[in-house]
Amino acid sequence: MSVVTLRPKANSMPQAAKNVIDVKDLSLVFQTNDGAVNALSNIDLVVNAGEFVSFIGPSGCGKTTLLRVIADLEQPTSGSISVNGMTPSEARQKRAYGYVFQAAALYPWRTIGGNVSLPLEVMGIAREERKDRIARNLELVNLTGFEKKFPWQLSGGMQQRASIARALSFDPHLLLMDEPFGALDEIVRDHLNEELLKLWAKTQKTVVFVTHSIPEAVFLSTKIVVMSPRPGRIHEVIDCNLGSERTLDIRESPKFLEIAHRVREGLRHGHSYDEAHL
Amino acid sequence: MRKVLYDRVIPVGTVLLAIIALWYAFAVILNAPFERDQAARANAEISTSQLIANTMRQERPVLPAPHQVAAEIRKTVFEISPTSKRSLVYHGWVTLSSTLLGFGLGTLLGILLAVAIVHSRTLDKSLMPWIITSQTVPILAIAPMIIVVLNAVNITGLLPKAMISTYLSFFPVAVGMVKGLRSPEIMHLDLMRTYNASKAQVFWKLRWPASMPYLFTSMKIAVAISLVGAIVGELPTGAVAGIGARLLAGSYYGQTVQIWAALIAAALMAAILVSLIGVIATFVNRRMGVRT
Repeated sequence: MSVVTLRPKANSMPQAAKNVIDVKDLSLVFQTNDGAVNALSNIDLVVNAGEFVSFIGPSGCGKTTLLRVIADLEQPTSGSISVNGMTPSEARQKRAYGYVFQAAALYPWRTIGGNVSLPLEVMGIAREERKDRIARNLELVNLTGFEKKFPWQLSGGMQQRASIARALSFDPHLLLMDEPFGALDEIVRDHLNEELLKLWAKTQKTVVFVTHSIPEAVFLSTKIVVMSPRPGRIHEVIDCNLGSERTLDIRESPKFLEIAHRVREGLRHGHSYDEAHL
Repeated sequence: MRKVLYDRVIPVGTVLLAIIALWYAFAVILNAPFERDQAARANAEISTSQLIANTMRQERPVLPAPHQVAAEIRKTVFEISPTSKRSLVYHGWVTLSSTLLGFGLGTLLGILLAVAIVHSRTLDKSLMPWIITSQTVPILAIAPMIIVVLNAVNITGLLPKAMISTYLSFFPVAVGMVKGLRSPEIMHLDLMRTYNASKAQVFWKLRWPASMPYLFTSMKIAVAISLVGAIVGELPTGAVAGIGARLLAGSYYGQTVQIWAALIAAALMAAILVSLIGVIATFVNRRMGVRT
């Protein structure tokens, strides 16, 4: 596997955690009523600080499961994994990452400001500091002025932006995103992709991003992890660096199309397009 | 205003009028045999209009007419001093105080049981069947025993009656709150896990607010059956005080008008209690941003 550090950063991480995520020979077997399901099989993966890594693959390839293992929301059956040089459980207890779900998952009884405030309250941050951070993070996702609105008063795209602000509010170095824009229409999704890219450039976070959209993966990522199903495994890791100043126009460039083609070939060779898997 | 008129006043008023009309019809039908008997004994002819008029002013009718009940309520509520034992306000207050005490204790008990059940698998398995079984015991059978047993240990007055209300009202709250505290989506729970939130934080910031709609729905049921429990609790004590005592005394002496007045008073009290909880629920909903 190629490990290319695209944007090395000095002193922004503890020395031990240069590899933010380090997965070795990891497998996960779900015991279901229909027998064992190999959700993940012999996964090896390194994510470096400051990278934007996408997991792409069809349903059932284990991309979400892998993300949940990193977040300590699922337990691997075998193999090893470290997050910031710790076990996922320790990393979770140290609040090492922010997690963005497929749905915005805002608490409906809290205002947008209240939702952004939720992790801060859980982590015991003082009221004044909370106010500051709510304002700062809502500004970061262009939701200034919506603090007092309730979630249902916002569009789906705005709700998802609020959930990103919530994940960023306690300033984790690592952002885990599970198909955050999957439920949105393409126009909103394009727009949010651009915003996310700007956010990433501004905040210098490490992002792990699950998607099933090839253009989205190519547009956003520095590294694309192509996964294939049954058993869930990594088929190929494709480096992807379209430069730091990306706009949506880049998607018509030959380089973009070439990488997209490679991803599609990878998915095909991983049998993602086989009839049996659809 | 117009909306209130069309949404509330007209539908509710129509049903009310229909009930009153039916009530009058049945009052005439049920009370007529007595009038015919009277006429037959006096060997007198009685015209239909006279018959109908007479059925509505009997002293001890089988079914008193609505205006007789209304007059009885007016007399016993407004004309008799509330401290008098003949005042419906006095009896109503006796029942209301034990209803509210029992309902308060029952709600608290129900919530505590639900919290325990949601947080412990063992309690879920062991407690839940007993909670359900408790409600299969007929309350009429168990109420006198509670009163008698507590009397034997010198607990008398308000508390034994309230216990019966508690016995009935904890159930809907416990069942409703178990469901309510378990209502958060997996994603909302996972979110708390990513923050490494403590169990107490998950409870206060997620489970508790998520359970609010369930709480108010079950409290509405609980308050209504608390009233029933309080009335049932007043029967075995030998008609000392309360709506239940009014009902019992009325039936001893064949005072049907008094019985119906007490019944209507109890129904009105239940309606007011239920709508009070509705008002609180609306207020809480508004604060929690529920879409209206």
